[in-house]
Amino acid sequence: MLIDWFTVTAQIVNFLVLVWLLRRFLYRPILDAIDAREQRVAAAMTEAEANKKEAQRERDVFHQRNEEFIRQRAALLREAIQEVKIERENLYTAARKEAEDFRTRQQEAMIDDCNTLKDEILRRTREEVFAIARKALADLAGVNLEQSMVDTFLGRCRSLDAEERSELQAVLQSPVGPVCIRSTFPLADSQRQAIEREVAENFNYAGQFCYECAPDLISGIAVSMDGHQVAWNITEYLLALEQGITDLLLGQPSADGREAAIPATGYGTVMTAPPSFRGAGRDG
Amino acid sequence: MQLTPDNQIFWQYGFVKINATMIFTWLLMAILAIGARLITFRLSTGLRRSRWQNVLEIIVLTVEKQIAEIGVVEPRRFVGFLGTLFLFVALASLGTVVPGYRPPTGSLSTTAALALCVFVAAPAYGIRKNGLLGYLRTYMEPSVLMLPFNIIGEISRTLALAVRLFGNMMSGEMIIAILLTITPYIFPIVMTLFGLLTGMVQAYIFSVLATVYIAAATSNRNSRHQPAAQQ
Repeated sequence: MLIDWFTVTAQIVNFLVLVWLLRRFLYRPILDAIDAREQRVAAAMTEAEANKKEAQRERDVFHQRNEEFIRQRAALLREAIQEVKIERENLYTAARKEAEDFRTRQQEAMIDDCNTLKDEILRRTREEVFAIARKALADLAGVNLEQSMVDTFLGRCRSLDAEERSELQAVLQSPVGPVCIRSTFPLADSQRQAIEREVAENFNYAGQFCYECAPDLISGIAVSMDGHQVAWNITEYLLALEQGITDLLLGQPSADGREAAIPATGYGTVMTAPPSFRGAGRDG
Repeated sequence: MQLTPDNQIFWQYGFVKINATMIFTWLLMAILAIGARLITFRLSTGLRRSRWQNVLEIIVLTVEKQIAEIGVVEPRRFVGFLGTLFLFVALASLGTVVPGYRPPTGSLSTTAALALCVFVAAPAYGIRKNGLLGYLRTYMEPSVLMLPFNIIGEISRTLALAVRLFGNMMSGEMIIAILLTITPYIFPIVMTLFGLLTGMVQAYIFSVLATVYIAAATSNRNSRHQPAAQQ
């Protein structure tokens, strides 16, 4: 007999026990592990998807901020460039103004120096000229310089042309005060009388005279009347010399060499200039 | 040479006996249970896992996939029964490479027991799924005239299950035993390897047929006969 029913029963029991054992120790743990893994993978996938969306969102935000930053940077750069241009222009203007001021100050200082030097030269020249002239006249011709000045002044009064003479006469006809005679040196009484006589004769004047010693007149004599003046002195010489010195200092030669640009007209000025000087001017 | 290991009795008291079939069955049960327990003692639910766990997962998932492909609606419910059928028959066949081993499936008692289990399990699952009347009504389909034929078919397919597996396993044993006596050792080795292939095929066939029967029983009443594939 191939079938043993006890063995059949025993094998049925054995198989059922085996089913229970494998279900207990094999299928359930394995399937549970697989389910847990699938859940973890699903959770990881969900999390990864969420992270991906979050990363995408953050990337968009980053791009947006980056573009905004670029725009702001460009705007700031443009603004900075504009400010730099303005500041550079201001600094350039300030520097130019400062340089201009400095140059002006330098020119003024140089002009002051020139004036100071010129005054000094004039003062020294005047003193030397007087000294030389006085000594030369005394030594060579036995002539007093002051007397020669008076004589020369009187001679020039007599040699005025008719137009000048008539004009001065018109002025002296209605004097508002005494005719003031100004000189560098004190005039002697004889010299005063000679001058009064000459003025009275040439200009028909019978009024009073006053005398005044004026150091600024620079070696000469001047007759002042109602704003008009007839004078002779060496001021014109000195002015020509001053102009020459000024041109020399400034490096600007005069138009005709050393000739000074002194006005050549004036009815009250009389002076015979030396060969190198020609002076005529109107004072007052 | 004994035709079946049932006849190799180690202990007997009345009709109660312990034979080679039961001994080797217990041995296979011990190997399966202890091996499963050892492997599943520390299961990893993460992405990193041991090789043995991978092997078991492949086996279990393959069984589940096969059950689902045959048409069972909820394959996970039947993995325990059908998977155990396959593993038991397959391991019983694999053991033939061990000298002195006799497969318990070479015993008609064992195959009959397995077939009886399927014979009971299929109606049980069907009744659980469709109810007793619903399941019994399937025997009268497509008409009441088919009732006896369906009953006969139910019994005959169970008998066929038992005899098919027994015949294949027993014949393999017999061929090897005969060849051992008349040929050099190389031929029994080849036949043993061939017996391994036959045993695996038989395990697959037995499990698939059991799955088909259960699928037919648990399917809708109108489609009971559709998946009844035969070998």
